[in-house]
Amino acid sequence: MRKFLSDSVINIKPSGIRKFFDIVSEMKDAISLGVGEPDFDTPWHIREEGIYALERGKTFYTSNAGLKDLRFEISKYLKRHFELNYNPENEILVTVGGSEAIDIGLRAVINPGDEVIIPQPSYVSYEPCAILAGAKPVIIDLKAENEFRLTADELLSAITDKTKVLILPYPNNPTGAIMEREDLEKIAKVIKEKDILVMSDEIYSELTYKGKHVSIAELDGMKERTILINGFSKSYAMTGWRLGYACAPKELIQQMTKIHQFAIMCAPTTSQYAAVEALKTGDEDVIKMRQAYNQRRRFLMDAFKKMGLSCFEPYGAFYVFPCIKEFGMTSEEFATKFLQEEKVALVPGTAFGDCGEGFLRISYAYSLENLKIAIGRLEHFISRLRSEN
Amino acid sequence: MKEELLSILEKNSRIDFSELAVLLGVSEEEVLKQLSELEKEGVICGYHTLINWEKTSIEKVMALIEVKLTLQRGRGFDSIAERIYNYPEVRAVYLISGGYDLLVILEEKTLKEIASFVSGKLSTIDGVLSTATHFILKKYKDHGTILNKEDKDEREVITP
Repeated sequence: MRKFLSDSVINIKPSGIRKFFDIVSEMKDAISLGVGEPDFDTPWHIREEGIYALERGKTFYTSNAGLKDLRFEISKYLKRHFELNYNPENEILVTVGGSEAIDIGLRAVINPGDEVIIPQPSYVSYEPCAILAGAKPVIIDLKAENEFRLTADELLSAITDKTKVLILPYPNNPTGAIMEREDLEKIAKVIKEKDILVMSDEIYSELTYKGKHVSIAELDGMKERTILINGFSKSYAMTGWRLGYACAPKELIQQMTKIHQFAIMCAPTTSQYAAVEALKTGDEDVIKMRQAYNQRRRFLMDAFKKMGLSCFEPYGAFYVFPCIKEFGMTSEEFATKFLQEEKVALVPGTAFGDCGEGFLRISYAYSLENLKIAIGRLEHFISRLRSEN
Repeated sequence: MKEELLSILEKNSRIDFSELAVLLGVSEEEVLKQLSELEKEGVICGYHTLINWEKTSIEKVMALIEVKLTLQRGRGFDSIAERIYNYPEVRAVYLISGGYDLLVILEEKTLKEIASFVSGKLSTIDGVLSTATHFILKKYKDHGTILNKEDKDEREVITP
């Protein structure tokens, strides 16, 4: 069979998360802090719109770019929440989750041998998508002492004359890091000077806990060199609906739409109708969920402080990324031992890049009650480790 | 912060000061100060417990009673409402716009007791024109909480 398979696909290593998933699945009574999706149900009024759409027989393809109504609502939403002006006619493409937008965005810009700069730790799909698009991934190892923000120096030293695009994943999964306006301005300066593109994955843009999220596309001269990616999964708790979007200059959206049209046709119709409702009347839901996440985030930071576990304070997404270097184990050893002994599943930082070594991703997309139980076990575990050493 | 404090308490009145302080990102002193203010102002009126009596062996009957009033000079809604809400078996009284005037929620041990309250006490109050009593057969949701809801996490245990 091997001779039938694509070499470039074979050479992609399977996600580190997958390996851990298999261990956890075998343990029946384990509790998990390993989930990368909201614990909330999709707000009912949004679900109802999906149901109504089915009842009204909205079961056909939409246009390739997505429902016109939806693109208009996305445009209005971006104007309302950020200083962004995208033309719904030709600068917005509705995709199957942010994931598809990442994939086709890269495929639309990569020529063989182009380099894609990927800061890590970050979401697992950037590197494989870059490779599948025929690019060479260039990894930047982000630093805990910079709170895992990308600095202009780090970016400069990764840029070569082959660099085509920088992936900018903030608010960040897995670290919870954010980039504030002044951080972005420094990066934007380099991007413009070096004349490269940026793919800004802002899927967690609604989940920031220190001021409002700023999109790099808002900065002077950046809109024309930005592929903005966002979606409904995290902000409206709609992961299973598989709906996201990309915004970019029309020449780029045109090419992305071509790939989308041939590979996907259009995003799921039911989900698109539900998303229109989400954008029209979902602001209040987002505020409530953000408030709940923020309470949990504060709870975790307080608990880490009390148990003396070092962790920079993250202000985005729903993850904390504590450092476990003091225990002299790798992230994977720590996570495996913790799972076996205390039956709590966490994701080793290395699942998001080699530089995640020495860190763990803890998701707080769980109820406070669950978090309390799990953190109690973590405290028990590390105090035992400390007494053994 | 007041609104956030209240919405946490509305869901969980047993939470202690130190945890409230952590969740809100303020000091314990600040929480205490806010709470005593809110209590003094009558914003916080009590720390009740939501009980699903249907799951106990204790019998309770609940009724919603629509009450139509006829107002007389010097006797407004408030004074008639007062005569009704002073009965301890009356759980709630609301002034309502539309087809009737007061909505009275009554809780008793038996149907007979409800009947006797309506005919003997409520209907005889001056100004009460008529009543319509609806018995509650089943509670699906109360105080924003879905009763009998199974809390199950359907997500995959680990996802990127």
